[in-house]
Amino acid sequence: MKKRRFGLVTRREMKGYIFLLPWLIGFVVFFALPLVQSFIYSLSNVKMTAAGRKMSYAGFQNYAYLFNEDTVFTGLLSAFYQDAVLRLAVILVFSLVIAMMLNHNIKGKGVYRTIFFLPIIVVSGPVLQRLMDEGATTVPLIESYGVSGIISALLPGSLANPLNSLFTQLILVLWYSGVPILIYMAGLQKIDKVVYEAALIDGAGGWVAFWKITLPALRPMILINGIYTLVFLATSGLNDVIAEINSRMFNTSFGGGYGVASAMAWVYTVTLAVGLSVIYLVTKPRKATQVEVVKTREQVRVERLHAQRAARRKGGRHEK
Amino acid sequence: MKSKSAKKKNWAEAFRKLLLGTNDRLGLIMKTFLYVMLSALGFVYIYPILHMAVTSLKSLTDLLDPSVQWLPHQLSLDNYEKALDVMGFQEHLWDTLLVSFLPSLCQTASCALAGYAFARFRFKGKNLLMGCVLLTFIVPFPVLMVPTYTLYSDYGILGSILTMILPAVTGQGLRSAIFILIYKAFYEQTPVSLDEAARVDGASEKRIFFTIGVPLGLPAMLTTFLFSFVWYWNETYTTSLYMGNAALGDTHSVSTLLMELSKFEDSYKAYLEKVSGWAAKMGGATNVQNEAVTMAGTILTILPLLIIYFCLQRYFTEAIDRSGITGE
Repeated sequence: MKKRRFGLVTRREMKGYIFLLPWLIGFVVFFALPLVQSFIYSLSNVKMTAAGRKMSYAGFQNYAYLFNEDTVFTGLLSAFYQDAVLRLAVILVFSLVIAMMLNHNIKGKGVYRTIFFLPIIVVSGPVLQRLMDEGATTVPLIESYGVSGIISALLPGSLANPLNSLFTQLILVLWYSGVPILIYMAGLQKIDKVVYEAALIDGAGGWVAFWKITLPALRPMILINGIYTLVFLATSGLNDVIAEINSRMFNTSFGGGYGVASAMAWVYTVTLAVGLSVIYLVTKPRKATQVEVVKTREQVRVERLHAQRAARRKGGRHEK
Repeated sequence: MKSKSAKKKNWAEAFRKLLLGTNDRLGLIMKTFLYVMLSALGFVYIYPILHMAVTSLKSLTDLLDPSVQWLPHQLSLDNYEKALDVMGFQEHLWDTLLVSFLPSLCQTASCALAGYAFARFRFKGKNLLMGCVLLTFIVPFPVLMVPTYTLYSDYGILGSILTMILPAVTGQGLRSAIFILIYKAFYEQTPVSLDEAARVDGASEKRIFFTIGVPLGLPAMLTTFLFSFVWYWNETYTTSLYMGNAALGDTHSVSTLLMELSKFEDSYKAYLEKVSGWAAKMGGATNVQNEAVTMAGTILTILPLLIIYFCLQRYFTEAIDRSGITGE
């Protein structure tokens, strides 16, 4: 009897695998194997000959080349991460503000939602490129007040460049907030209104309620949004790093080829993984920590009195 | 006397409430502030698109006249006619439709299977495999670029639409991981009692999936299909890598509208040379860059998406609620 039940379970299990089979095949053929393959490429010299590809093991030569001789790639990479940190912060804060505004009971919520989600439909490399060429990606006011000139004059280059690129592409950066806004809104709607009422009765104003209730409750949403945004920035159509890898792949004359391109891609992936884990560590849901109660001197005194009285009463009973 | 002052106080109180609001209702000040802020931000959001639309309607004189910002003197559709010609719109629209429609259809189906499996079955290594799904989302495309390119070139399918369809069929298309998660959450929310009943009645798992799972999952499928369609439409990295670099002399290479848009300047030059002949070439007229035509081309490229979005926007914006991201 027991054995038969076990058989049924394994049969169900097999059926699960059958439903998963297409994905499993795809995972192996189009993901796992290419991943390994690309690592092998990154460790070898790949030469294209008439007869086909010729590979020879080269150790970490490609990586060494990237970091020691090639200045373009490392420059692009660091520029990307400088931009990404700034943009991540702007997107996460901006979308939270929008989501909180939309969370109020206002008319035309649907219209606003539609507008804020619209860019998701339109963002693609060539379209954004056209808009940037047109100068339509920044708020006109920023340009007419010469903000970028002020920034470059006041700040050192390493800080000014990301800030300037943020301002010239401000609308594009905001455009990436569409999905985070909706994720935050879904999170906000889940917070029980009663908690706010209780806080209000206890004398907590809106400001305190935001830091003590809203933000902790949204922590998982912040995590999801952080990861989503970084992944989308990293794979966006305007990403210089990807464009560089793409062009290097076919440019064999000048430090290019499959080997170097793969090494670049791996460096990119590893740095991205580091970035994602930083986001995870910063925003991961914390276990509820026990609040340490700090006693006032008065409380301690009262407690001691109670204890003494109890001891005396106890002692008195014993005497009887 | 007394009642009058009390009345006054009442009025003042009511007025204050109206302006500043009560605990459960927003005051007028706050409300106005909200509407103004949201409208301003909304305008900033669609500013690029508006700008694009207006510019695309400007005639050449309006374009060169700095005093004309938002309202052209006359609406000219010439730019659109030109852009249609430059991009070879009809022909490439068909390609684009094909490249977005077929893979998204395949992706809708394959991700449904995977999501269903993750939601409804218990099997060994489920968590590990779920981790693998997330991994496919996080690992950026460039890492897979070289090997998949050589893989396709070894099989001789570079330049054909198969390079898009094959990964989609096996659940490795564009952002498949997101769709698998959507399906998983969706099937976890739908009750299993129907399945159980069917199972008791002796229906096979295949039959349960097709008669219960598919109809139940239709909303998730629609969402997946729409997003998939839009993302494939907008995709340029993979399409230009796999299909743009097709062997020379291959007349049947696929080129999407987005790919055409990215080389619009060159096409426009070629177009001008073709239209105005050698005289224009000598006169340097080919160096004229017409922003209006470029913008018209851009609008044309995204117009189908905009139409789809405004007709079906509910299904787009509800996707997040459906994805179970809030963790019910």
